[in-house]
Amino acid sequence: MSKPIYIALAIVTFELVISLTSPAWAGSEYVWGGKLDLTRGVSTIEGAGGGGLVPWALIAGNETKDGVGGQVSATSLQTHNYGLTAYSAAIGAWDRVEISFARQDFDTGKTGGRLGLGSGYTFHQDIYGAKVRLAGDAVFDQDRWTPQVAVGVEYKHASHAALLHALGSRRADGVDLYVSATKLYLDRSLLIDATLRLTRANQFGLLGFGSGPRDTYSLQAEGSVGYLLTPKLLVGAEIRTKPDNLAFAKETQAGDLFAALALNKAVSLTLAYVDLGSVATFRRQSGPYISMQAGF
Amino acid sequence: MRLGLTLAASIMILASTAQADEKAVEPYVQSDANAGVLPMTTDAVFQAFHGRDGVDRIVHRLNWFHNHDPRLVDTFKAADNERLERTLSEMLCYILGGPCHYTGREMKDLHKDMGVQVFQLNAQIEDLQTAMSEEHVPVWAQNKLLAKLAPLKRMIVVR
Repeated sequence: MSKPIYIALAIVTFELVISLTSPAWAGSEYVWGGKLDLTRGVSTIEGAGGGGLVPWALIAGNETKDGVGGQVSATSLQTHNYGLTAYSAAIGAWDRVEISFARQDFDTGKTGGRLGLGSGYTFHQDIYGAKVRLAGDAVFDQDRWTPQVAVGVEYKHASHAALLHALGSRRADGVDLYVSATKLYLDRSLLIDATLRLTRANQFGLLGFGSGPRDTYSLQAEGSVGYLLTPKLLVGAEIRTKPDNLAFAKETQAGDLFAALALNKAVSLTLAYVDLGSVATFRRQSGPYISMQAGF
Repeated sequence: MRLGLTLAASIMILASTAQADEKAVEPYVQSDANAGVLPMTTDAVFQAFHGRDGVDRIVHRLNWFHNHDPRLVDTFKAADNERLERTLSEMLCYILGGPCHYTGREMKDLHKDMGVQVFQLNAQIEDLQTAMSEEHVPVWAQNKLLAKLAPLKRMIVVR
């Protein structure tokens, strides 16, 4: 059997176990959906519930603590020299646990030829994620300063290991660990997230992990700020620092300006302008980002 | 003297007719503290809600949702609509910093047997947002009220 079938089976089994067991634990009736608009976040390019670049402590899916939900997304980012496409799926359970999967295709286009890879050379990466909400309620704890806090892990597997080694990358697989604190400051209509990530990924992992001279984990800071123009429209900005491990090309921080709109309970649309900084010797890689997300 | 008595009698009649359509409730101690939330210290947001009239319109519309939103009808089918609208309107007016007193029952006590789940509270919040938008309350002011109401979740959702 191929990998996607294993994943689908795992998700279905997970859902069945949860939907059969959770009502008894919670002492309340099982409910589909019920989350407020945008409080599942959108989908990051790595598949987690959050902003576009930064995972938030919010849990994917429309479920409340009384159910199971999920979301899928398709995202496209075009910079001057590259194209990044990401597909993701995530399951959220009891507004507590999230598991996710994302597939990223990083198309070097014509630039691939200039890098000596061949025109249209495309890197791939699979990302398996899990996140657990530890404490807090980002939306309802308006009388407390404490944010909603979650910890997450992302196992990443990049393709083309031999090429990544040739580029100086130490390995094609890596694990990121992160902790996110997210809070909605309703009296100011502000959403704020701060995330710390332990990682040795090169360009999110698309260019492998670590390098000969620099193979240790480093702590990276990420953050999002959003303003609720309406209950269905959040506009804001994100920033994400990244390690700079590879000798052949400098890696810089990424950031974006975004607008996320809940079209209805199921579908949300995110438009952004993303700046990935310098990528594989090509500087100022920025451009439009569009992401469609559907959740239940 | 007779005039005074007549006046007092008419005032009592007025007071009782104002709530004539409400069903009788178990006696309880009236207090603004029953709202479970401290009021805003200025009336800027109350003005953005168009004062007591605006609050009354919003609550009337919200109570329409209580009786028509399929997610809420079961929760509210036993409710005394007259009393609910009066006390909810008082409560919002009080919290918004308006010149009102909340005369309803204590929030925790009020919800202890209602069996409200999170999805129902969220449905009511969405309906309240719709009602506030129909009253043209700006989003910043809507969110100021929601920020005040949000902690009540701990008293409302008990299962």
